[in-house]
Amino acid sequence: MNRRRPGARRAKQQRAPWLVLPLAAAAVAYVAVPFVALLQRAPWSNLSDLVGRPVVIDALRLSMTTALAATGIALLLGIPLAWVLARTRFPGRSAARALVILPMVLPPVVGGAALLFAFGRRGLLGGPVYDSTGFLLPFSMWGVVAANTFVAMPFLVLTVESGLRAADPRYEDAAATLGASRSMIFRRITVPHAAPSIIAGAVLCWARALGEFGATVTFAGNLQGRTQTMPLAVFLALESDRDAAIALSLVLIAVSLAVLLPLRDRWLSV
Amino acid sequence: MLHAAIEVHLGAFRLDIDVDVDDGEVVALLGPNGAGKTTALRVIAGLQPLDNGRIELDGSVLDDPAADVFVPTAERPIGVVFQDYLLFPRLSALDNVAFGLRARGHGKASARNRARDWLERFALAEHAYAKPRTLSGGQAQRVALARALATDPRLLLLDEPLAALDAGTRLQVRTELRRHLATFHGARLLVTHDPVDALVLADRLVIVEQGHITQTGTPAAVTARPASRYIAQLVGINLLHGTATGEHTVRLDTGAELTVADPLPGLDIALAIRPQAIALHRQTPDGSPRNAWAATVTDLEADRDRVRVSLAGPVPATAEITPAAVADLDLAPGISVWATVKAVDLTAYER
Repeated sequence: MNRRRPGARRAKQQRAPWLVLPLAAAAVAYVAVPFVALLQRAPWSNLSDLVGRPVVIDALRLSMTTALAATGIALLLGIPLAWVLARTRFPGRSAARALVILPMVLPPVVGGAALLFAFGRRGLLGGPVYDSTGFLLPFSMWGVVAANTFVAMPFLVLTVESGLRAADPRYEDAAATLGASRSMIFRRITVPHAAPSIIAGAVLCWARALGEFGATVTFAGNLQGRTQTMPLAVFLALESDRDAAIALSLVLIAVSLAVLLPLRDRWLSV
Repeated sequence: MLHAAIEVHLGAFRLDIDVDVDDGEVVALLGPNGAGKTTALRVIAGLQPLDNGRIELDGSVLDDPAADVFVPTAERPIGVVFQDYLLFPRLSALDNVAFGLRARGHGKASARNRARDWLERFALAEHAYAKPRTLSGGQAQRVALARALATDPRLLLLDEPLAALDAGTRLQVRTELRRHLATFHGARLLVTHDPVDALVLADRLVIVEQGHITQTGTPAAVTARPASRYIAQLVGINLLHGTATGEHTVRLDTGAELTVADPLPGLDIALAIRPQAIALHRQTPDGSPRNAWAATVTDLEADRDRVRVSLAGPVPATAEITPAAVADLDLAPGISVWATVKAVDLTAYER
């Protein structure tokens, strides 16, 4: 009755249920095939020439700068927001969370349009600002940053919020009994304990900002050197110069891998 | 000194206890899990507000809802050793101890210097730069104690200070903790569910069941006259006093000698024996158990599926055996028996 084949327990854990393996393999193939196709069409012989063009350099520089700036702003605003969502209770908290997550599920073009009505020349806030100072957010590099932040910040907020929820709040109690003020507890205990989730959230946020297309093109336009990011340059080049589009795509893939791979084992649970 | 009149409501649970701790006194809140002991500590530390009552330390009021007084945790002169110690995992032992000094305004260098003194006092100097996860249970406990004492509190709270340790190190750490507690002169309040911890560490026991105090008194008084069946079970431990006559032998005040497995921690010794550890026989026991004595049964008390047998003789003690064993041995008051206990079942500590 109680007999069990040696190793039966281990084998049971390892053997995948019927159909799971083929479907998993199909999933991998579905992601891999487009990359293979891209690599197979790559103009390897004059790649360095294509990558060195001003339009590519401009777009790469702009993408890196704006994605980093957006991540910085998201960190500055997003960590406090994540703390409020994770640690406090107030009426309308779930509504606030839903609102913050909305850009994740919203089509980015709609987000870009909404940004225009808020910060455009005749926008809700942008109008008065433009009338009094002449400053205009859309169609500038800061417009790209604004669009990126709008779309990418939720990734950071959600990741950090779950990190804060998982952290043991008793460490904060211990710090309080040692005389630490609320701001000292936040700086020395809460943030360091949430560091893995903050880094993971920042990477996700940065990756999302780097790939941003819809909100950027709607709100900031497509001006080379000012608002034309890598994804916009790829899209434009596909119409006119396929080789350049592929070269741009390869650069974008290389940059993403260069950032994600070193962080993967340590900070991202993937 | 601490005066705490605590009333807290947590859903259907109501904690309602009064605890006073004098300077220099160690009081143990003893009771089963869920009795409200940890909540009492949290309330005293200010991590949870009172619903009713008043907490006063050295004459200043820390919490009094009726008078609308509440001193935040960070401003209370109270050191806490938490269950599992809660050492900050990213900081070294030294920076853990320095944390409270930094929080109270010391510069980095001065905080570290004082923290180093504390580590030395607790024989931890060589572990100053160790991260908490590399410390043993006993070392982590000493770091936690040093961290709690470094800010010079007037009250020390300890929440299950020995629960995180395995049985092997527990005995030794308990003795060390007792010694270290003695160096702190303020009031000390510890929470435990383990009667032996309470008996060894505390001057006075406060027994809490389901949010209420059911008995208070010195360990000797509570063990001698447990106020309820539950307390009898909880602290129905034999406490004997004697003097060390060798590294492993104790001469009781009655003249009997008992052998202990671990080296004795001092000269003036208290021995704790769980009643379940005492075996009874009608004949002279076979072999040569080192702790055997002749005793007279003075009383039998049935307690659910157990019978507590009171024994008179050179080792006055209570044994706890099954009703079947009572029938087997044909026990009744006045009957002579042999009692034995293994050396490993004796817990010795310095009085």
